[in-house]
Amino acid sequence: MRKARVIFVGLLLTALAACSVPGPGGAPDGIHDPYEATNRKVHNFNRRLDKGSVNGAGAFYVNAVPEGVQRNISNFADTYATPSYVVNQVLQGRPGRATKNTLRFVINATLGFGGLADVASDLGLTEDDTDFGETLHVWGAPEGAYQELPLLGPSTERDTAGRVVDLFTNPLSRIIPSPERYSGSVATYLDKLGDRAKYASTVDSILHDSADSYAQLRLIYLQNRRHELGYGTDEDSSFVDPDAIDTEGF
Amino acid sequence: MKPMHFSRRSFTLGAAAALLSTAALPGAALAATAAQAEALVGKLVSDINKVIGSGKSEGAMIKDFERIFKKYADLPTIAASALGVDGRRATSAQKKAFTNAFTGYISRKYGKRFREFIGGEIRVDGSKSVKNAFQVNGTMILRNEAPFDVTFFVGKKSGKFYNLYLEGVNMLLTERTEIGAMLDKRRGDIDAMIADLKKAG
Repeated sequence: MRKARVIFVGLLLTALAACSVPGPGGAPDGIHDPYEATNRKVHNFNRRLDKGSVNGAGAFYVNAVPEGVQRNISNFADTYATPSYVVNQVLQGRPGRATKNTLRFVINATLGFGGLADVASDLGLTEDDTDFGETLHVWGAPEGAYQELPLLGPSTERDTAGRVVDLFTNPLSRIIPSPERYSGSVATYLDKLGDRAKYASTVDSILHDSADSYAQLRLIYLQNRRHELGYGTDEDSSFVDPDAIDTEGF
Repeated sequence: MKPMHFSRRSFTLGAAAALLSTAALPGAALAATAAQAEALVGKLVSDINKVIGSGKSEGAMIKDFERIFKKYADLPTIAASALGVDGRRATSAQKKAFTNAFTGYISRKYGKRFREFIGGEIRVDGSKSVKNAFQVNGTMILRNEAPFDVTFFVGKKSGKFYNLYLEGVNMLLTERTEIGAMLDKRRGDIDAMIADLKKAG
């Protein structure tokens, strides 16, 4: 067991060291995508899959399951994941946020009927999620190249490494016995399915209506992720200077 | 501290500078201060909130959004930015046609997005100066959903809004990518792209 862990950490470090960094001027609009050809193939696969699941499982979930129950499932998924947020926030050196999330977990797990209700939000402790990808960012790891993963969608080399580690950062998965343990993952899956169906027209406009859905999704993911990680707009290379645009004739 | 002397020279210099600065911006409604930029966004947001709360049909809401867009946005800057470097080879007739088609397209596209926020409200939180623009930060508050960030950019010279970020996603950059892809599909034919744009969004 111990040996396996050492091997795992070694693999992770190798993956991070391999995070490719763009050369000077090599990333216009802040996009570094050396694997574009492969990524596009995965993207086409994901898109076909998305079409099937939205018309099938997603639509069924949203239409057949009452809204209140959907909210319970969403709350449960978040409560189940909160200990993992706490672990990551401790690793990020953010004790204040880790403490708030601990409180949030305790309140929702007890007063919120095992996480089905989000009582903590009403008390001012709103959802504050994070992941190991963010922890790696805080530790100074570079973003790496853009990736589109099968089933999981857009990512970066750093976020992919983070996803792998997050399979192990939730202490609940060690405490809760085997069949019940999967309730968290199932809730998370349903929650995502619900979100996909709820924002159907927005996601459709990106995935199925835009002229180049791959380029759109890549741009939107990278910008949104950087915003989440707290990259400011002034240090952001995508800031558009109104005075630098030649509007002659428009 | 020495008393300040009001010399003729400094007066002339000051007057010349004041003249120059106005001469350089003919007819522009100056959003000279952050407060004015915030006020502009405040009015824009209250108009958007009214439309979101009106409960009208999608078509009617999109018309309302187009009206708001024309009133508050710096359309030439937005259109020129979306067309990007391809704008250099466009004729002035193409540029005009593009600005028109783009205005309709963006109203349909963002009108539909904002329609999903029925029951929600945008709150203006504050502003700061970023280079030649004011960044006005806002929050979209939704029922039963986590709030998210909406950031408006107001040009210092134009005094109008020219860019929008939704949770960090930059509208101008997104649209430049989209217009670029639409042009690629038409092998760079600007007229064909404009025809497509009239149906898109």
